[in-house]
Amino acid sequence: MSTRTAPAPVPRESARKGARRPKGIAGNTLWFWLFVGPFVVGLLIFSYLPIIWSLILSFFEAYNTVTPSKFVGVDNYVDMLTDHNFLSSLGTFTLFAIFIVPLTFVLSLALALLVNQVKIARAFFRSVFFLPTACSYVVASLIWRLSIFNGVRFGLMNTILGWFGIDGIAWLSTVSPPWYWIPIVTVRLWLQLGFYMILFIAGLQRISPTLYEAAYVDGAKPGWQTFRYITLPQLRATSVAVLILNLIAAYQAFDEFYNLIGNVNFARPPLVYLYGISLGTIQDLGHGSAGALILAVIIMLVTLLQNKIFGFGKAGD
Amino acid sequence: MTAIDRTTGAPQPIGYSRSTLGRVALILRWVALFIAVILFLLPFYLVLRNALSTEADITSPSWTLFPKHLQWGNIKELFNDTQVPMARALYNSAVVGVLGTAGQLLLASMAGYGLARIPYRHADKVFYAIVATLMIPGAVTFIPSFIVVSSLGWVSTLRGLIIPTLFSGFAAFLFRQYFLNFPRELEEAARVDGAGHFGTFWRIVVPNSLPFFAALAAITFIGNWNSFLWPLVIGQDSSSWTIQVAMSTFVTAQTINIHELFMAVAVSILPLVLIFAFLQRYLIQGVTQSGIKD
Repeated sequence: MSTRTAPAPVPRESARKGARRPKGIAGNTLWFWLFVGPFVVGLLIFSYLPIIWSLILSFFEAYNTVTPSKFVGVDNYVDMLTDHNFLSSLGTFTLFAIFIVPLTFVLSLALALLVNQVKIARAFFRSVFFLPTACSYVVASLIWRLSIFNGVRFGLMNTILGWFGIDGIAWLSTVSPPWYWIPIVTVRLWLQLGFYMILFIAGLQRISPTLYEAAYVDGAKPGWQTFRYITLPQLRATSVAVLILNLIAAYQAFDEFYNLIGNVNFARPPLVYLYGISLGTIQDLGHGSAGALILAVIIMLVTLLQNKIFGFGKAGD
Repeated sequence: MTAIDRTTGAPQPIGYSRSTLGRVALILRWVALFIAVILFLLPFYLVLRNALSTEADITSPSWTLFPKHLQWGNIKELFNDTQVPMARALYNSAVVGVLGTAGQLLLASMAGYGLARIPYRHADKVFYAIVATLMIPGAVTFIPSFIVVSSLGWVSTLRGLIIPTLFSGFAAFLFRQYFLNFPRELEEAARVDGAGHFGTFWRIVVPNSLPFFAALAAITFIGNWNSFLWPLVIGQDSSSWTIQVAMSTFVTAQTINIHELFMAVAVSILPLVLIFAFLQRYLIQGVTQSGIKD
């Protein structure tokens, strides 16, 4: 088989390798690189090179330039780690994660359970909840900002408040109380719940019905008991995946903050801040690189920690 | 199952919705479901309502449920607005969506096939080098990637929008896993007929994997169409704005025509709603297979 597949038109290559290895393997080496090579070259240029270049640049002063000019050692890192704005952006993120991760988990699981229990029009309900996944964060942010949570009187929420005689609220610019969290959190919930619901439905459908039957025989009642002792443990792998994906996605929040609130200091996640300093009016790519690498390390550490806590992979989905 | 003791009157699972408590629970479930449906569809209603209203109807203090006279002229107004390069932005998004998806699938499927099926001494090292990039959180790389792309002179070009996004380690990983489970007998049959790696891949493997390709294509296209941060970084000139960047710029501008902007939203989500309508099966497969794609 291998000799037949060996390509003929590469005599030089196969001759060179042929000294050490059988001909078929030499042909395979060439074919391997024909298949994998273009991808690997691209990965080197657009994944590895940027990281290395960024790492170098993070030790230099680099205003409005991508070539390292003046070596400053770890100054950029020290600056970022003592930068009040950068630290507060990490705080903003943490608060955001505290809202969004548990809410997404509970609500997407609830939707999955509801849809899974419906006997009629199940496909319809699933589609309705999945449909927002078609929308971008920009689209959703525009709907939230200009229609639902528009701070003027004709915004939907303020119209509804008006029916009850309550004054309108400037949802996106009120700092105390921090009303802006409501649009920020709900926009992401609307966009991503359907996605995680699909993952949970797939997980639910993998649970063997015999488990429930056996529990009923033993006198368990449908509802909380079977949910707590059968459904939840069986969903372990899916749950861990949902939590980790959700947290990583939350760390990288940018679109909805940028489009709903903009680059303001009261609610600015790390990426919006880094975007501001490295691609704003002054392109400070030295500090930007240092900040991006710090953030990358934080995300990787949190991911590893989370994997360790939940023992990702052990449950074997 | 035959051991159910009927004489003790133990509650049977099937009968539980007959009890009062069960009936209340059932009603509550339906109520919850309908509230959820309304909340999830509300934004779509607002898009349609605002896109087809006059500005006066939208900004009026009393809520109009739906415009009496549908303002289809808003479409014309949107495309005639010289401040917003709407047609150009849609074209850019389409090019980015189609070429970005096709390129990513082509590169990743070939790499995945090579890794899964072509014996090579260092294949595992290459594989680890690819998987290692999955550790790096995607969005954080926008500054490093910008550095490389700008030194290539690709800022504000379609090349800059598309090429850096083509090399997805995750897609290559998924393809490799998929091809590892591809039935070997089919490939062997092709080999017996004299096909090489290339012929086997294109004539046997790809045609027999179309549902998998379709699932990844649907997800990748949606991701490309909706992507914002990278196009924002690269699109420094309005000629290279994608539809997302155009809409975002439109809203952060001080003078906002709400009806026009919502028409832009409606136009921008139309292709995706069509994909959802016709390819939902593949999409859901793709989500559950990959599970991780944003």
